[in-house]
Amino acid sequence: MIGIIRYGAGNIFSLTAALERLGIPYGMINSEADFEQYDRYIIPGVGHAGAAMKKLEQTGLVPTIKALNKPTLGICVGMQLLTSYSEEGNSNLLNLFPIKTLRFKDSNLYKVPHTGWNQVFPQKENPLFENIPSGSHFYFVHSYFIEYDEAYTLSSANYNNKFSASIWRDNFYGVQFHPEKSGTYGETLLTNFYKL
Amino acid sequence: MLAKRIIPCLDVKDGRTVKGVNFVDLRDAGDPVELAWNYSRQGADELVFLDITATVERRKTMVELVKSVARQINIPFTIGGGINEIADADALLNAGADKISINSAAVRNPALIDELAKTFGVQFVVIAVDTRSIGDKNIVHLNGGRLPTERETLEWIMEAESRGAGEILLTSMDHDGTKNGFDNGLLKIINDAVHIPVIASGGAGAVQHFVDVFEKTNVDAALAASVFHYGEILIPDLKEILKSNNIEVRI
Repeated sequence: MIGIIRYGAGNIFSLTAALERLGIPYGMINSEADFEQYDRYIIPGVGHAGAAMKKLEQTGLVPTIKALNKPTLGICVGMQLLTSYSEEGNSNLLNLFPIKTLRFKDSNLYKVPHTGWNQVFPQKENPLFENIPSGSHFYFVHSYFIEYDEAYTLSSANYNNKFSASIWRDNFYGVQFHPEKSGTYGETLLTNFYKL
Repeated sequence: MLAKRIIPCLDVKDGRTVKGVNFVDLRDAGDPVELAWNYSRQGADELVFLDITATVERRKTMVELVKSVARQINIPFTIGGGINEIADADALLNAGADKISINSAAVRNPALIDELAKTFGVQFVVIAVDTRSIGDKNIVHLNGGRLPTERETLEWIMEAESRGAGEILLTSMDHDGTKNGFDNGLLKIINDAVHIPVIASGGAGAVQHFVDVFEKTNVDAALAASVFHYGEILIPDLKEILKSNNIEVRI
């Protein structure tokens, strides 16, 4: 069963709706004691990474999150929180991945936010992308991206520059796109996470 | 590469679609959720719901609609129509809307854009602009194109971007309903002037019009209603032709 970590950053209606459609059981984590009821976790998040980190710190759950050893998936800003730093609000983050979250340079050709369906290319073998062809489209909406890194990038995408569409380190995963809004491949990814 | 988006638009009143819909195999052509589900299966990249409910129950019916859509549809969607204040937007966000579209309320009170962007993030805020040419100027219109304002279209869109609009939905009232193609001249001017995504609307009548709008203006998305609702253009066919013209689409 998936525990969704609640810390007040954004609405999760679409995520829980997707889990319900897929028949994936889930519950909410509001305190440290809630963690042990679940065998995997999702850190959601939309909005401002710096503000999200402040809210997460206020919950007191940061040390527990950093020590998790079960599969944990950050989505969008929830993924960015796993990195060391974001240019958004010049913020220090969880540092579970020693890589940075940077802002896209906007131009007439590369508009920001990066909005819409872009292709995702797995860089490593991992069950999270099982039954998802390389180059499948996922739905993105973000102004900040996680830099591409040989060690931690699980799948990449291109928008002005190559960046991390997803990252992976031990039990920690992050996806920049919104699997709950990414059609059938997004649903496949959520199901894959549930089976990890 | 980032794909160009194809967006069907559904007009909704009191929780029911109002424009004629001529799909085969629909149990209930007036059910926006069933229609939306069909479009998502066909390969629509996103949906726009325009709520024209005029009763005092409006917010409640919009929230119900958004919840039903978010429960059943696995692609993003925008809801517009009568959103006047932060509380409207907040209720729709919590019901699962990905974006809200603001039109008249933003023209009457431009600071609303700043407030929405600050509260919810720019990615949540679509500014819809209805434009019509008067003389040699493009002028922003309200009330479905009936009421001209003092604002020039390009100047208003640039202001909306600087205040925190995350996307522009531009409808040419001169082209809307004509089925003669999008207003590529104006769309190119607008698209070249802003650094946020632009959705073209008004005038789609044939597949070639979609090819033209992407090739001539490089907008990010194209929106249409009746050609999709009446089955005159099927989204899978449209996307195949766009692809054969080397326009990046999600298939």
